[in-house]
Amino acid sequence: MPILEGKGVTRYFGGLAAVSNVDFQVEAGEVLGLIGPNGAGKTTLFNLISAAIPLRSGSIAFKGKEITGLKPYQICRMGLARTFQTVKIFGNLPVFDNVLLGAFFGGEGRIASAEAASAAASALEFVGLAGAVATPAKDLTLANQKRLEVARALATCPELLLLDEMMEGLNATEVNRAMDLVRMIHDKGITVVMIEHVMKAIMSVCGRIMVLHHGAKIAEGTPREVSTNKTVIEVYFGERVDASNG
Amino acid sequence: MGMEKTTSKKILTFGLVLLLLVVAAGAPLYAPVYTVILLTSILMYMIIAVSWALFSGPTGYISLASAAFFGAGIYTAAIVGKALPLPLMIGAGALVSACLALLVGALTLRLKGIYFVMFTFGLVELLLHFILWWEVTMSGTTGRVVPPAGNATVFYAMLIILAILVLTVFMIRRSRYGLALSSIGENEEAAAHAGVHVTALKIIVYAVSALFMGAAGAAMATRWTYIDPRIAFNPLVSFVPVLMAIFGGIRPLYGPIIGAAIFTYLEEFLITRFPYYYMLIFGIFMVVAILYMPDGLVGLTQRVWKKMSRRNHADT
Repeated sequence: MPILEGKGVTRYFGGLAAVSNVDFQVEAGEVLGLIGPNGAGKTTLFNLISAAIPLRSGSIAFKGKEITGLKPYQICRMGLARTFQTVKIFGNLPVFDNVLLGAFFGGEGRIASAEAASAAASALEFVGLAGAVATPAKDLTLANQKRLEVARALATCPELLLLDEMMEGLNATEVNRAMDLVRMIHDKGITVVMIEHVMKAIMSVCGRIMVLHHGAKIAEGTPREVSTNKTVIEVYFGERVDASNG
Repeated sequence: MGMEKTTSKKILTFGLVLLLLVVAAGAPLYAPVYTVILLTSILMYMIIAVSWALFSGPTGYISLASAAFFGAGIYTAAIVGKALPLPLMIGAGALVSACLALLVGALTLRLKGIYFVMFTFGLVELLLHFILWWEVTMSGTTGRVVPPAGNATVFYAMLIILAILVLTVFMIRRSRYGLALSSIGENEEAAAHAGVHVTALKIIVYAVSALFMGAAGAAMATRWTYIDPRIAFNPLVSFVPVLMAIFGGIRPLYGPIIGAAIFTYLEEFLITRFPYYYMLIFGIFMVVAILYMPDGLVGLTQRVWKKMSRRNHADT
């Protein structure tokens, strides 16, 4: 049974189909890459899964349970956490409190204060921010703010993590560290779905890739299959790609 | 060493607060009646300003419905006042006000920014005119008489309400819910996706803040004795506590308390000394305060303090 399954997921903005009739399955323990040109509907799909915007047509099931119609906090507590394309951190709060919030509220049931504090500390340790616990979150670098979002998501004890362009705007070193982080999350047994434009990262980290274009799924498969898929090459990598460039 | 310093500072603060409380609590025993009455209105404004800051401070939802919640307490007192003893009357005022906030919160807390501000202020006018209409067409009265309680009694009622409120705010802020409230103010969407039931939290804390405003209203009604809708739902009660909280400093718990004390005293002072120019002086004072003290009096003190201690360190 897939950990996350969507059927006929559709969302219109006015007359525009941002996501149109997309079926998808995410297997437990995999790292799935979600790619597509700008405006393809990737983030909208994330927003529909996490209920940031309500799903009106189609259905999504997490761990075999229908989550259509649930609120974001309920979905988070079920074990489905996410990060945001443009970071949404609690800028004026210390780094530690950003993560502590996730530990307090994101898990299933009520957690004791001491337990939440240690969960937050270990999440920060995990992403490599243990040295910055008292810093106001807004003073971190962009790369570290993105790591902070990951730590906050991890503190909610997720089984599935949605990463929305974690590597956007990072330099080469930071991208490599971010790739290592995704692998570490995967090694913990957490299923990952990641939206990414950095091809190097997608190709080396993801076991499987799904391609969206104009809101529709146009391809799906291993990195090798997707990168040699003719439709994908046309819409995504550019229409005239020589073998030598590809 | 830093730890020792904060502990000794905490003990000092605690001692000072205790001393102030004892001096204030004894006021009806030694102070003239005028002082007791002035202190009662200071306490009243402290309650409204602190309750306002409890919700609007961390969340950034600027509510202008304080007058509605305060007025609901007053009017409840006026309706049940003849039947119930004072503590129960205050309790009834608090409860009605909290229920009103639950209802209003459920309807409006999905609104953001200026829309929320406007709606909450509209509520004051709506309630005022609804009750005016009700009293004229249904009950055939325009004013009601509340059984008066002594000056000292009202004073102690206010003091007790304030004490419970301060304790409540302190506990909420220290708890996980205090953190959640701040996270809503910082980024509501992220808070929701980190597992916070933002709607429920906002509505409940809004109701808690209204609870205390209603209690203060019910207590105050016994001092005003005659009330009508225009007295009960005075729009100034929505604005003044906000200014007080901003003036004192919204973030720390004692900010609105200090702001309310200075503001109420200043108002009284200006009214008695400069009855014709008091609004003008008051206005200038306010503009200067907002322009030059964005973090309130508390923020200003902290800034000066930091500067001074840095200079001292540089000298040694």
